[in-house]
Amino acid sequence: MESHGLKTVYIAFASDAFRNGFLDNQYTQLLQLQDENEPKFVLQVATLFLEDSEKLLNELRGILDKQDVDFEKLDACVRKLIGSSASIGAKRIKNTCLAFHNCCKEGSKEGCLKCLQHLAQERLLVKSKLETLFKLEKWILAAGASVPVLSQ
Amino acid sequence: MAVDAEAQFHVLAVDDSLMDRKLIERLLKTSSFQVTTVDSGSKALEVLGLKEDQTSTSALSPEHNEIEVNLVITDYCMPGMTGYDLLKKIKESSSLKDIPVVIMSSENVPSRINRCLEEGAEEFFLKPVQLSDMRRLRPHILKGKYKEQQLHQEENSNTNHIIVGSSNNNTMSNKRKAMDEEVLSERTRLRFSSSSLNVI
Repeated sequence: MESHGLKTVYIAFASDAFRNGFLDNQYTQLLQLQDENEPKFVLQVATLFLEDSEKLLNELRGILDKQDVDFEKLDACVRKLIGSSASIGAKRIKNTCLAFHNCCKEGSKEGCLKCLQHLAQERLLVKSKLETLFKLEKWILAAGASVPVLSQ
Repeated sequence: MAVDAEAQFHVLAVDDSLMDRKLIERLLKTSSFQVTTVDSGSKALEVLGLKEDQTSTSALSPEHNEIEVNLVITDYCMPGMTGYDLLKKIKESSSLKDIPVVIMSSENVPSRINRCLEEGAEEFFLKPVQLSDMRRLRPHILKGKYKEQQLHQEENSNTNHIIVGSSNNNTMSNKRKAMDEEVLSERTRLRFSSSSLNVI
């Protein structure tokens, strides 16, 4: 009974996250790679992504703090974040990075600062989505049930 | 002496990002490969038994752990030695040049892709790498082994043998057909100069 409710919430929450573009099909692919041999695979990858993205955001902040902004360096950093967000399926972050990339090409410090702020917000949003998903999974498993398979 | 269709092949994966190493390792293991991951080109060369300044592996260096590697898959953008640099070193080495190398990158830069293929990379995978991409690896490994066997055949100068004496000729020719189809896929540039896919 209890697990049924949890499963429903899990599916609804995940569907919402996908619908709003926080996560995309790449995330689903990662879930499919997870099994009893590597039950924490997605959690580990997500954790690494959140760590990497935090470091990259700090790096971006540092570059933009300078009087003379090195837009090449900035762009290289943004491209790294595009790569890792694509790897986990963090679609909105990836899209924000693409806008950031354009601002770098234009050499617009103001545009870049706005993008950075936007990125920081998006990172917190996806972090919260992921944390909730993992929490729900944990509760479902604790209730002795299995986590519903998400498909796109 | 047939190549066992179910043989577990060993792939060396090179990527400076821990997250990406975790991903590629999982993809490879899920596809039944044995995996070793390293975080740099220089470490990759160590695993392959080659010091950076050597061009051939030294049989006399016992401190090197030489494991047989059937394929190298490497990220392009890495600090220090790039994937391209690593590819070059492998292809320049008399002992390692026949190991198939696949390059990965999160950026779709045609000049980069061409450069790598020109230098001898078998394939170029765009990240994020997918499970379906893993299926493209086996043919490259088998192609290399088939070449090896052909060389042995010629050395033994026994012209009555078609492919491999002992077992499953059918399996081999089916595999070869699958290899042909895979090798001729659109993402791979065709390099027939050292083709060993001729029908006997």
